[in-house]
Amino acid sequence: MAWRILAGLKDSVRDARGERVRREIREHLGIDLASVRTIDIYTVDAQLSEEEVQAAAGGPFCDPVIQDVAINRPLARDFDILIEVGYRPGVTDNVGRTAKEAIQYLTGRPFLAGEGVYTSVQYLLKGKVDVAAAERIAAGFLANGLIQRWTIVPAADFDRVRGLPASIPKVAVAAQQAAPVQEIDLDVSDAELMQISRAGMLALTLEEMKIIQSHAADPQVQAARRVAGLGAKLTDCELEALAQTWSEHCKHKIFAARIDYEDTITGEKLEINSLFKSYIVRATRELRERAGKNDICLSVFKDNAGVIRFTDDWSLVFKVETHNSPSALDPYGGALTGIVGVNRDSFGTGMGARLLFNTDVFCFASPFYDKPLPPRLLHPRRIFEGVVEGVEHGGNKSGIPTVNGSLVFDERFAGKPLVYCGTGAIMPTVVNGQPGHEKRAQIGDRIVMVGGRIGKDGIHGATFSSEELHEGSPVTAVQIGDPITQRRMFDFLIVARDRGLYSSITDNGAGGLSSSVGEMSQDTGGFEMHLDRAPLKYPGLQPWEILISEAQERMTVAVPPAKLDAFLTLAREMDVEATDLGHFTDSGYYHCLYHGNTVTWLPMDFLHEGVPQLRIPARWVPPAVTEPQLTSPVECVEILKSLLGSLNVCSKESVVRRYDHEVQAGTVVKPLTGVVNDGPSDAAVVRPLADSFAGVVVAHGICPRYSDIDTWHMTANAIDEALRNYVAVGGNIDHVAGLDNFCWCDPVKSDKTPDGEYKAAQLVRSNQALYEYCMAFGVPLISGKDSMKNDYQIGDTKISIPPTLLFSVIGKIDDVRRATTMDAKTPGDLIYLLGVTRDELGGSEYYALHGHIGRNVPEVDAATALARYRAVNAAQAQGLIASCHDLSDGGLGVALAETAFAGGCGIDVDLRRIDATRGLSDDRLLFSESASRLLVTVHNEQRAAFEAVFAGQSCACIGRVTAVPELRIVSLTGTMLTVASCDELKAAWLAPLKEL
Amino acid sequence: MKVKAIVIAGNGTNCEREVANACRLAGAECDIVHIAELLAGRKQLDDYHFLNLAGGFLDGDDLGSAKAGANRLQHARVAGSSETVADQLQRFIAAGKLVMGVCNGFQLMVKMGLLPALGGDHRTQSATLTFNDSGHFEDRWCELVVDPSSPCVFTSGLERLYFPVRHGEGKFMPADAGVLSIIENQHLAVVRYCDPAGGEPTMEYPWNPNGSTAAIAGICDETGRLFGLMPHPEAYVHRTHHPRWTRQPDLPEEGMGLWLYRNAVEFIREKLL
Repeated sequence: MAWRILAGLKDSVRDARGERVRREIREHLGIDLASVRTIDIYTVDAQLSEEEVQAAAGGPFCDPVIQDVAINRPLARDFDILIEVGYRPGVTDNVGRTAKEAIQYLTGRPFLAGEGVYTSVQYLLKGKVDVAAAERIAAGFLANGLIQRWTIVPAADFDRVRGLPASIPKVAVAAQQAAPVQEIDLDVSDAELMQISRAGMLALTLEEMKIIQSHAADPQVQAARRVAGLGAKLTDCELEALAQTWSEHCKHKIFAARIDYEDTITGEKLEINSLFKSYIVRATRELRERAGKNDICLSVFKDNAGVIRFTDDWSLVFKVETHNSPSALDPYGGALTGIVGVNRDSFGTGMGARLLFNTDVFCFASPFYDKPLPPRLLHPRRIFEGVVEGVEHGGNKSGIPTVNGSLVFDERFAGKPLVYCGTGAIMPTVVNGQPGHEKRAQIGDRIVMVGGRIGKDGIHGATFSSEELHEGSPVTAVQIGDPITQRRMFDFLIVARDRGLYSSITDNGAGGLSSSVGEMSQDTGGFEMHLDRAPLKYPGLQPWEILISEAQERMTVAVPPAKLDAFLTLAREMDVEATDLGHFTDSGYYHCLYHGNTVTWLPMDFLHEGVPQLRIPARWVPPAVTEPQLTSPVECVEILKSLLGSLNVCSKESVVRRYDHEVQAGTVVKPLTGVVNDGPSDAAVVRPLADSFAGVVVAHGICPRYSDIDTWHMTANAIDEALRNYVAVGGNIDHVAGLDNFCWCDPVKSDKTPDGEYKAAQLVRSNQALYEYCMAFGVPLISGKDSMKNDYQIGDTKISIPPTLLFSVIGKIDDVRRATTMDAKTPGDLIYLLGVTRDELGGSEYYALHGHIGRNVPEVDAATALARYRAVNAAQAQGLIASCHDLSDGGLGVALAETAFAGGCGIDVDLRRIDATRGLSDDRLLFSESASRLLVTVHNEQRAAFEAVFAGQSCACIGRVTAVPELRIVSLTGTMLTVASCDELKAAWLAPLKEL
Repeated sequence: MKVKAIVIAGNGTNCEREVANACRLAGAECDIVHIAELLAGRKQLDDYHFLNLAGGFLDGDDLGSAKAGANRLQHARVAGSSETVADQLQRFIAAGKLVMGVCNGFQLMVKMGLLPALGGDHRTQSATLTFNDSGHFEDRWCELVVDPSSPCVFTSGLERLYFPVRHGEGKFMPADAGVLSIIENQHLAVVRYCDPAGGEPTMEYPWNPNGSTAAIAGICDETGRLFGLMPHPEAYVHRTHHPRWTRQPDLPEEGMGLWLYRNAVEFIREKLL
């Protein structure tokens, strides 16, 4: 029978969770409740004695100091309306899983198959609230209908003796299926082929379907299939395997496409055979050749993450992923899954790596968005809250510090939020006598799946993210990560790695076993896998579902047969599930069986090479943008406050503090710095080894606003921003690698995307700039990812995100004790502006404040910038820099204010001393966003030494740090343009997101 | 003979490496031991002098912080014996050895009844750590003032400390006023959150980051040998851990977190070796 165990806070105890819910209901929905209290409920569906249930209720399930507990009777009282929220069947219930384990420890007896614990939460609302309002609260804030369900009970209807009945969200096992494997007839019309693709969520194009059709019709193929015991028709497993492998998500068809590019300005025409090979891979290859023995790259593009040199004994791993589509549907689960997913990527690189840090960059619409929302879109504030909480749980519970990130705002991100999650890791250069960054599955190695079990969750994630968000977007694509199961798995795998128990490892992400085993088997040329042996969360899964499920927390490992026993024994001891599913072969076939019957027999080369090359037209016509005519203001205090209070510039402290940014005790430059620990650091420095002062430096650049003018410059600026942030804290400009993460709107011209040629041209220009600037800066690309369908289309409403490149960098500082932070240090210090200020306000925050875009986008002069960054490194090595802050959004004005208030000081500057192009007005000098500029403070006595390092470069001493906390700016005419209290500037900067 | 320290790891502990580093810097030998090793019976607490319960999220804190972790220690049997790890722990305490729990480790100690353990009862829970008043996780450095009259072995000779808190459930609450008054009268409230200038215990946010009763950040038992606190001493063992190290050139090379570990090692050398 099912027991309901309820645990609620005693009346005398403050319910902080309930109070927070009450606050947020007011913020989100404008409903002001008198109070909200909460009760945790465990529905235990297992054969237990009354005593055992009582022991659980009084033991692990309640805190006797502050909670009351009840079994099969209600605790709720003194409320007006009650909402109970629980999960839908099959949704990952982490608390339920832990509760089940707790009972097993208590009784010393494992649960039987089908037994489980399911959790739910009761919210007791008090105040003026009717059922309709409660429905709004449940649907609009407390629960997400895709994964949760709720019950609403007004106080008058509440059974005060029995409470609510037990409800068990168990996955119903479908009645006996006619045939576990379906055959699909592809000998049909084109229209029917497309119907098969659409109905099956395969995301295959007609051309692709026709290639599969002719494969199935090939007499030789059919003969081979007969030998394998299969008919001429492909099975559902085979079609699904092809759809996963050929998905945009896995195959990057747009980056591999043949593009016909035309630049209407220069008249240049170009045929590009794969953007990826022509620009990204080529840049890295050429740079590695140029570097020769100084090449820092160890493993690029081929593995789950890139690997570079760090010290003689250790290498660094870095990967950045996006999880946009799932986060649009379920922000919490999507973001949580994003962070634990990218953790698996970096963990599963080479022979396995220890995780060091996370980064996160989110692009949202304003949380204060107040226009009507198109259907199926969640309010940006809900997305903001959910994503932040998801990454908080994913990162904090994984024990990985979140050290670097950004929040970027633009209305168009209402159509699709961008959720970038990155993970850095460290691995020994040598593991058991072999290079740690290499691996290879051997013929005969066992295919072992480790970690979580398989359910229907995450089915079609890979194909789903290869489409725009539409009405039919599947709910099974949404899932919830489980950091603890993953943590146990990692703890186990690191031990297994060091004992030499496996020969290869990879993550189960998009495409599930189909992709992980399919890719790993390229080492040997085939595999044989028994799908019926895979452990399931609940019965009733079809073989194809087992094959492609993206259920989380799983890795695939190739284990030599002689080591299988040791591997499985260690797993059992460390409470990790590991299952032998088959072995790697050299048969040339992707071979799956279900209860001994072959269900897939696909040639490896067809699977991996059979996808046709896409052909995309691209035509560059520059957008018709013009420079606005602004009258120069007579004073700048209010403008500066507005800029500091804009969403893109303002303090992100409320978010940063929700992430543990210093667990592992290695974070030397933290995200927040300065005299009261709240200044915005440019980048992070992590010291990963207790016996060395070598540090890892991580930074990023992202400037989607510039895409409205030209994605070439958007890209150049993103690269430059990442590098100047990196250098600002002390990163060695000659030991740094880059990661490119493209988030684009669909660039393939079609009826749905009539402006595809322009969007494709934007993509080409971005890649061209990526190549040019990586070459010029000497930064090899080691890993990247693209997410190409960031559009929303329902009915006539289409929202496309601005093309967005996140450029992340990872590199080294030889001695972390030489790192510099952005806060002004001592009154009397001199202030230098490095770099020339130009009339470059196109896409700036200043123009945005006035409702303009402009045309003069900042242009990056890489050669000059590189010399500057090297000089900054030289000055840092000599201890000549007291503080260093990059100029970005809001230009010099914002950088001066941040430097001053982070240091608790004031600043006096004279605009006449700025190195600028002629004719710039005061406001343009202050708010231009010209690239590659840094604001540096220098102790007075080090002036000569500092200036010597920058001899021949743009390096202007523009003022001084003062003790009085005021920002005083002298105008070009010598009058006092601005006298602003730093406290007021800081208050404006702190205000916007403080309460979120 | 060497001072031998142990850090228990696994099922969601996160800070075992830096705690072990702190122990080693303080002069102890230190093993990081996965709970599976203890449950398999290959390692046992009896072989150590100093037990560290590190920060993290045991079992995700899914049933409330450290609850499921406490349940495992209390009920899972060590292979080949009838005892639990909790039984080994009681023997460890009876032998006069030292235990320090930080953050999740402190939550674990309180929920197992190891702290404050009034009247020497190390099995009954009489206080708790629950959700911060803010309702969410927070990472923030806090000033702490030490009770100079406390019997705590770890803080002997110390006055003020500065460590980060990194938790969502750090609000200290005694079961009732009686428990609180015994804690205060016996000077078991070892460290309290204080205002940075005056050093007075404070209820004011953010100095008191979670709303802890009587600003209590950490407590010890009556012997002073069992100590738990929410702030992380292992997070400040070197100058560069300090959030303002780039602007305070006069900071000593060694972080003040290390003092707690040195006190522990010294005590063991004097009393237990």
